[in-house]
Order: sequence, then structure tokens, then C-alpha cells
Amino acid sequence: MSGYRLASGGLIDRSRPLSFTFDGKRYQGFAGDSLASALLANGVELYGRSFKYHRPRGLFSAGVEEPNALVTLRSGARSEPNCKAPVVELFEGLEARSQNRWPSLGLDVMAVNGLAGPLLSAGFYYKTFMGPTRKAWMLYEHFIRKAAGMGAGTLLADPDRYEDMNAFADVLIAGAGPAGLMAALAAAGSGARVILADEQAEMGGSLLGSGLPVGEVGGEVGGDAWCRSALAVLAALPNVTLLPRTTVYGYYDDNAFGAVERVADHLAAPPEGAPRQRHWTIRAQRLVIAAGAIERPLVFADNDRPGVMLADAARVYIERYGVAPGRRVALFANHDGAYRTLHALAAADVPVVAVIDPRRSIGTAARAAAEAAGAELLTGHVVTRALGGRRLTGIELAAYDPDAGVKGPAARTLAVDCLAVSGGWTPTIHLASQASGPARWDDTLAAFLPGEPAQPWIAAGACNGEMATAACLAAGARAGAEAARACGFSPSPVSIPAVTEQLVCDGILPLWDARLPKGGGKAFVDLQHDVTASDVSLAHREGFRSVEHLKRYTTLGMATDQGKTSNMAGLALMAHERGLTIPEVGTTRFRPPYTPVSLGALAGQARGAHFRPLRRTPLHDWHVAEGADMMEVGLWQRPRVYRREGESVEQAYIREARQVRESVGIVDVSTLGKIDVQGPDAAEFLNRVYSNGFLKLPEGKARYGLMLREDGFLWDDGTTWRLGEHRFLMTTTTANAAPVLAQLEFLLAAVWPELKVAVTSVTEQWAAMAVSGPRTRDVLAAVLDDIDMTNAAFPFMGVRAGHLDGIPVIVARLSFSGELAYEVYCGAHSGEAVWRKILAAGRDHDIVAYGLEALGTLRIEKGHVAGPELDGRTTAEDLGLAAMTSRKKDYIGSAMLDREGLTEPKRLKLVGFVSRDGQPVRSGSHLVSADDSESPPRSLGHVTSSTYSPALEKYIALGLLEDGRERIGQELIASYPLKGHRVEVEVVSSHFFDPEGSRMHV
Amino acid sequence: MLIPCPHCGPRDVSEFTYGGDATKERPDPGSTSAAEWCDYVFARENPRGPHLEYWHHTQGCRLWLKVRRNTATHTIESAEVVGPWAGAEERRRDKGQDVA
Repeated sequence: MSGYRLASGGLIDRSRPLSFTFDGKRYQGFAGDSLASALLANGVELYGRSFKYHRPRGLFSAGVEEPNALVTLRSGARSEPNCKAPVVELFEGLEARSQNRWPSLGLDVMAVNGLAGPLLSAGFYYKTFMGPTRKAWMLYEHFIRKAAGMGAGTLLADPDRYEDMNAFADVLIAGAGPAGLMAALAAAGSGARVILADEQAEMGGSLLGSGLPVGEVGGEVGGDAWCRSALAVLAALPNVTLLPRTTVYGYYDDNAFGAVERVADHLAAPPEGAPRQRHWTIRAQRLVIAAGAIERPLVFADNDRPGVMLADAARVYIERYGVAPGRRVALFANHDGAYRTLHALAAADVPVVAVIDPRRSIGTAARAAAEAAGAELLTGHVVTRALGGRRLTGIELAAYDPDAGVKGPAARTLAVDCLAVSGGWTPTIHLASQASGPARWDDTLAAFLPGEPAQPWIAAGACNGEMATAACLAAGARAGAEAARACGFSPSPVSIPAVTEQLVCDGILPLWDARLPKGGGKAFVDLQHDVTASDVSLAHREGFRSVEHLKRYTTLGMATDQGKTSNMAGLALMAHERGLTIPEVGTTRFRPPYTPVSLGALAGQARGAHFRPLRRTPLHDWHVAEGADMMEVGLWQRPRVYRREGESVEQAYIREARQVRESVGIVDVSTLGKIDVQGPDAAEFLNRVYSNGFLKLPEGKARYGLMLREDGFLWDDGTTWRLGEHRFLMTTTTANAAPVLAQLEFLLAAVWPELKVAVTSVTEQWAAMAVSGPRTRDVLAAVLDDIDMTNAAFPFMGVRAGHLDGIPVIVARLSFSGELAYEVYCGAHSGEAVWRKILAAGRDHDIVAYGLEALGTLRIEKGHVAGPELDGRTTAEDLGLAAMTSRKKDYIGSAMLDREGLTEPKRLKLVGFVSRDGQPVRSGSHLVSADDSESPPRSLGHVTSSTYSPALEKYIALGLLEDGRERIGQELIASYPLKGHRVEVEVVSSHFFDPEGSRMHV
Repeated sequence: MLIPCPHCGPRDVSEFTYGGDATKERPDPGSTSAAEWCDYVFARENPRGPHLEYWHHTQGCRLWLKVRRNTATHTIESAEVVGPWAGAEERRRDKGQDVA
């Protein structure tokens, strides 16, 4: 196709030249050009190589349906693959590169795939490389992926910003062609809130650049001018939002819509402060679908030669962009509408060699158009083959009989450099299809139309089979008014302009296959995925006959264009193979998105630090100021260790833990879930929720409790404090804070509504710190104003309210570390003050702040369970906590506690391990027998938590082991084959340190 | 999907947490066979069509709702509050007073 810029015409601004590069070569276009129109104007013929066969490909369409001219835009971090050249707006300095070619577009060594064509048919990869084992595929996959493919994305971080927007409207209109514009005028006049979205930069759809006379007879203006005045009216209305460059891509429940606005895709980089794209979530009472239609190609041999182009695209390049698509053009079409392109070609003085039409008779206006263009009219003929290699040089014709089909041999050869093809129009039913019953078949258009609405939408215009511009305008006006009425508005009638239009998609003769019988060459159905007509036959022969199987076996319609130009021909060919009609074969349902949506737009602002919420404890700033290594625990940031200069993490936690055992330490436990439980039935409620008794818990006392799931497994643990007769403070593990609250709310609503109890999360209201170690009492006694800290007055598990240097606190004598220990709770805002006062009071006792690592070390030394042991697969009995599952009452989980599987004696049981060879034991290691007779050895269990124990001066671990308690004293191997790690361990009791608990009762 | 929360009004599904089959009632632990417990804890129908289910307005009023939803079309026929607050909104509207 040797395109060139016409001397005049088009909507481009010839006073604003823009320079750009394609594969490094510099070209010039004008403002208003698309990348495709600018390349076409420069005579560029070759745009890319095809997906599988690496065949040379040219420009095929003028819209989002483009299967061939895919390019990579920009470079570096803004590099973006698979951009469709016809919808890329030209900007100064635009950089584009062709794809899927090596070493260059002109010389592509992978084109040998084309010679091996017969081997690369549908299912080729499955048959050849999968083989009986996965091994073959593993070997070949790398090379196949390299040879077959699209553009490559960048691995650099996206430098641009993306926004989210929520919008509400009465009427959303998708598409601003003649139907959409009229719908907007009709709906907006009633006062309804209207959003009009269109994927193009300029609204107007098929009217853009069109000289079609629109308006009162005698006062007609060009279609383009009419659409500008309509847009001016809409832009002035306060209840109308115009969203150009915005694709409504998805239809979701309750009339929610996803749309992407390409705010700055048409610029080299977004202006300061502007996002690259904006994602809109729109809720509208009614959707008017005015999405138009997409022209479909025809199937004949080598129909992918650069120079074969959709007929209406050829017209658009002339009328909208002022570019001729070739110097010797032929038209191959099966309906009158395509003859409109002849008017445009004639007006641009482009020679039209011939018009080839399979029909015997055609409309008068069509015949007149062919004559006016000076073209030879060959009715009853088809193009059977395109000639040429990297460019179209000619076409072969044969006679055609509607009943008998193509009659060989080829009758004639014509020299052309551009073939405009049209096989009819496929209504864009994608959005409707996402919210409707099965699509309806329409014989007069030989196309599917929207099915029965399952949600409140109204289709208008070409997407609903109304192909004439006049019909689109009338349908739009009707749909807009109906939508507004449905939202409670009273639209007044709008005048519908008359249109003088003679050539519409009338009198179509369905033509799905124009190949010569037994003719060679590849006849493509899906240009982007390189699926040919013979692939469809092959799928049929091999039994992949349903449309769903056809699609997946041949990958028909599964490329980035989702089969916008190819689906119909594929269905028709399969219907022919099966001897059925197309509606009998049916079509696949369209899913969102209509066109590809960038991940950036979907992610919006939720990236980097904003990916998910960050939770900081009231003491966060202190930890950071002290140089703590902070780590993520769920959403929380928690201090891991407070390393001193030159210390490793291990050295730091060992020092911290040792200091707690020797003197005193303080740790931030604010992340624990805290739930305020109040009401006259609070004790009864807790007694039903926990597996151990809570009815008799006295005021001023805390109790450690276990929560089970209904299926009898252990779920959560924590202490609950009785603050008053009807008031408790429950603590949960950090991870389960939210699920436990939700479960308590559920029980109070759905299971025991008779209980008078209220539960409220107070996790963030309290700062919490645990002070542990033999000197703790001295430290706290020095700062607490009014709490008697003596062992007699404040016994183990006691809870006291009082003041710490004037600040209200609750102190509970609990110990996770096994030392004399207290938890101090205060209002979140006083957290840091209380923390600092305790540190100050502890200075003489060499108090140490310790982090999560030391917290873990201390609890592992004591054999206390935590998250790694409460893994959802363990029971209280497994963890040695059977005494806490009451046999005297009913509670959540009690009914299923004695199931066979849960009482099975072989279950994995919690035990301790001591490393025998001075090596650390890795968590996640499997425990295997020390004798190596079995290979691979059977796993007897696994290590859950491990640490270096400063108290024992050994590496120790907790784990779950088959027959665990019976194996105490045995030697096993803790094996971690992925890291080649093997440690000899001895099975011991999980209570490594101070098993009598004497230290915490002093 | 919008869930018509009786307390908050129609709200997006992202504010809610699914709570499972609401036709299941927790049996009395004192007088229930193992098989019945097993049915309550594990057995769930997977109906296509109307389904009564629990939803928790986690990011809203935190009430638990019983929602009658068509699993095939996502149409919601009804949503009512479960537990002590059931009917509170209606009572308030009827009496024109705050029931809290």
C-alpha cells in the first residue's frame, strides 16, 4: 500500500507539523493525525510481523479493532507494548517501534516459521512440545515464547501517576457517535445527570470528517459540522459530563461501570501534577449503549498482505486524515454500504481499478458510485488470493455463485496496491453481552445483536443493528429520552435531523470463504493470532467443535483485540463444517474489558507505600528514633531488634533476651487485639466462647483463654481481664484481632441474640507494653502512684487500675516471657509518655527495650505457643493444652472436639528440640529419622519456631512431631532439603526453661 | 453489587464480608448427634438461584444481615438485620424516635 498525503481535506491541522520516529527513522505528520495515518501518509507499508508465522503485516483498520499495526510506544520506563497505531494520537517526538521481528522489521529471520506453516497449525504446541512428560515443554518453552509473541513490556517501574474516580449519573452513554450524541441531547434536556464517554479524542464517531449532509432539507450541514454543534450544546449544559478518550470497558452488577480515561496518553509525558490515566467507577441508573459497529474482513488466500485494508478504514483515512491509502485501489465487498468508500476515493482522485462483489445484483446507488469512481464493476466475482510479499502487488479473481460457491480456476489477475475489503458489519455488542442473555442473530445483517437485557441498559444505533446514520440519530434520541424517563425525568422531544444518505449496509450476501477450492496460501481468520481457515477445519476434524473449544484450541479471538474482526468468520466457518447455521453454533460471551486496561489504571494510587494501609503503634516514632529494625507483621510495623553499632540481628536479640532474664526489659505489645466486652451476660458469653471456664473469674483478675473453631480445632488465644461485674477487656492475637471481633458479633447476632452483651474493638485506643524480668517490680513500683505492687496485694494474673505518674493505666500481672512480668495499658495518646517514664525508672536497673525477636526467644524458651503453632491444623491436645478444654460445659468447638481424627493418638504433638551440633534449626524443617534407610525419608513432623536460647546457650526449637511426647530423648534430623540444611536434634519437652514457672510467681 | 443495608442504605459489596449459608442454624450442643453437627459445620448446598446468606457490614455499621440473593443474577430480594437490632430501623421510623 503506497499511501500518501492528499493535498487537502481531513481534520488534521496542516499548520502544525509534528515530527516522530518509527524504528528509529524520522517522519513528519500533523496535529490531528493518528500514528497510523501519519505513517500511511509517509508511504510506510510494513508495520509489524505476525504473531506465529512472522508474516509481514500492514495497516488494516482505523480503530481499536486493529489486529496488525501494533507498536511499542516510547522508551525506557514509559515503554508500552502492543499499542494500536490507529488509536495512538500523534505527538511531537513520539517514538514507536515495530514488534515481533528480529533483527529488523524488513529482515526477520523468524519468517522461516511461515515456510514451516503446515507444521504450525492449531494445537501444534500441544502436540509437539508437551509430549508425554512436562520435560519437553520446559525445554522448548523459552524458544517458543521468544519466537511467537507480542511486544515486550518494560521491567522498569512506571514513573507516572494513576487516579481513581467515582462518579454517579442518571444516564451514562457509552459512545458519542450519531446515536450517542442524540441520546445525550435527548436525556440532558430533561435535567438528568448525563455522562457521555467516548474512546476517541474527538467525539463524533462515524460523523468525524464526514461530509454526509445532516439537517433540515435546504439547511443541511456536513455530518462533521453537525456533530460539532451538538457537542457545543452539550458542553454548555451543567448536568452533562463529557469524557473523551474514555473507554467504558466493563459492565458490572447493579449498573456499575469501569471506564478508563487516557488523560495524558496523547502526550510525551503527563504534565506536572496530571495523571497518566484515570480509572472511573461509574454508577448510573441507565446505560445507553451507542458503541457502533466494527467492519469485518473477508477470508481469501493471503488476505493478510500489507495493502489489504478494511473498506471503511480506507474511507476514514481519506476523509478524516487526508491520506490516500494507495495509488491503485480495488474494492471487494458484499454489501452496498462499502461503496461509500468509492465516493471518498473518487473525491480524492485515487484511481479505483475494480469493484469485486459476489452478488449478482447490487443497489442502484452502489452501481452509480462504482461508475462515478471509474471502476470496473465485477459482480458475481470474488477475490481468491492477494499477491505480493511485503506489499500487495495484485489480486486474483474468480467467478462466484451464491449457491455453488467459488468457481475455479482464477479468472483474472489485477495489479493493485490497496484492496479495500468489507464483509459486512459486526455490531459492537460487547457491553450489552456482559449484561444480557444470549445474543440474537439477525439475518439481514448476518450478525449478532444484543440479547435480552439482564440489567437496565438500552442499545441504540449500529450496535443494535441500526446501520444508517438517520436510524442511529433517531434511535439515539429515543434511547436518551427513554433512559431519562426511567430515571424519573420528563424529557421533551428533540428534533431529529434528516440525513441524505444512500449507501448503507443493505442487501448483504453473507460471504465467509472466498478461497479457491484446493487453492494454496494462508487464508487468515484471526490476523492477530495467525489463525487460518484451515485451522478451523482442523479443529473440527479433531473434535473441537463447540465455539468454546474452537476458541481455546485455535486461540481464535484470544489476542489483544479479542477477535473484534475475526470472531464472526470463525463462527461461520465452524457452522459450515458442522452443517449448522451460525445462530445454531452460537457465539461466546464477551467479558470485560472491551479493550485492554493497563494495570496502572486498575491499581490507581494503591501502589508502593499506598499499596495497603500501614498500621503504626502509638510507640512507633520512639522505635524509629531508637534505630530499631522495623518489620511488617500483617499491616503493622513492629520493632524486630534494637541493634547496637556493629551488632548482628542475632547478637542483638540474644543480648535483649538475656537482659530480660537477668534484669528487666520492656516490649511494645500494642498490636494485640483488644475487645471491650460489656453487659450483664458478658461472663456467660465469654464462657461459651472460650474453651475454659470464665463464669467464676473474679473482678480484678485475668485469665488465659483458648478459642476453638466450631470444627474443634484451635483458633486463637489470649488473656481476658475482668474489669468489673459486667465489663471485660479481651485480648486476641495480633493476626486474629479483626476475625475474632467479627465472630463475636456474629454469635451475638445470629446464635445467642438473647444475651445482653456489646462488643467493641478498642485495639487502637490502648497502648500496651509488657515489662518483664526480675527487677520489674522495682521499676514499676517507682513510677506507679497508687498500685500496691507487693506479691500479696497484686498476685499473679491480677489486674489493677491506677496511675503512672499521674497517667491513668491498667496493669495486669501476666507473663509471656516466664519472668516476673506486668502488662501496662494506657490511652494511646499517653503511650510514649508512659513508655519513657518506665524506661527512666528502669535506667538504674539497666532496662532494655526488646523487639519481636527477643519476645519470640523468651516465649520459645518457655514453650508458649504462638502463630506458628496455632496454624489452624492443631488442637488444644496437640499443643499440650487439653486441660483447658472443659468437659463440663458447651462452648464453640466443644461438640466436635472428640471427632475420631482429632483424638487419633498418632497426631503431631508439640515438643521441643535442642540442636546437638551447635547449628541453628531452621523453621519449616522436616523432622526425619536419623537413620537414612528410607529415601526420601518420611516426614515425622516439622519445626514451627526456632531461636538461639541464651538461657540454655543452645539453638532450640518448637515443632510438631508424630508421637511427639513418646519420642522425648530420641535423636532426629531437622532437614531442609531446599537449602541443603541438616541438623541433628534431640527431642525434649517444650518447656525448656523454668518448667515449674517459679520465676513468674515471685 | 449493591447490598441494601437496612441501617446504612445501599452500599457497595466491598464494604461487606460474606458470612455463609444463613439457612443453617447452630444446633443445641447438648442434644445433637455427631452427624447433625457434621452437617452444620461442613455440609453446604451450592444453589444456582435464590440463596439466603449472611453478610457482615464490616466496613459500615457492623451489623450482620440475612440477605436473599440470587447467585445466578446477583439480584438481591431482601436484606434484613439479624439479632437484637432486627427491626430497629422500622421501629424508629414508625415511632419517629431513637430506639437506641
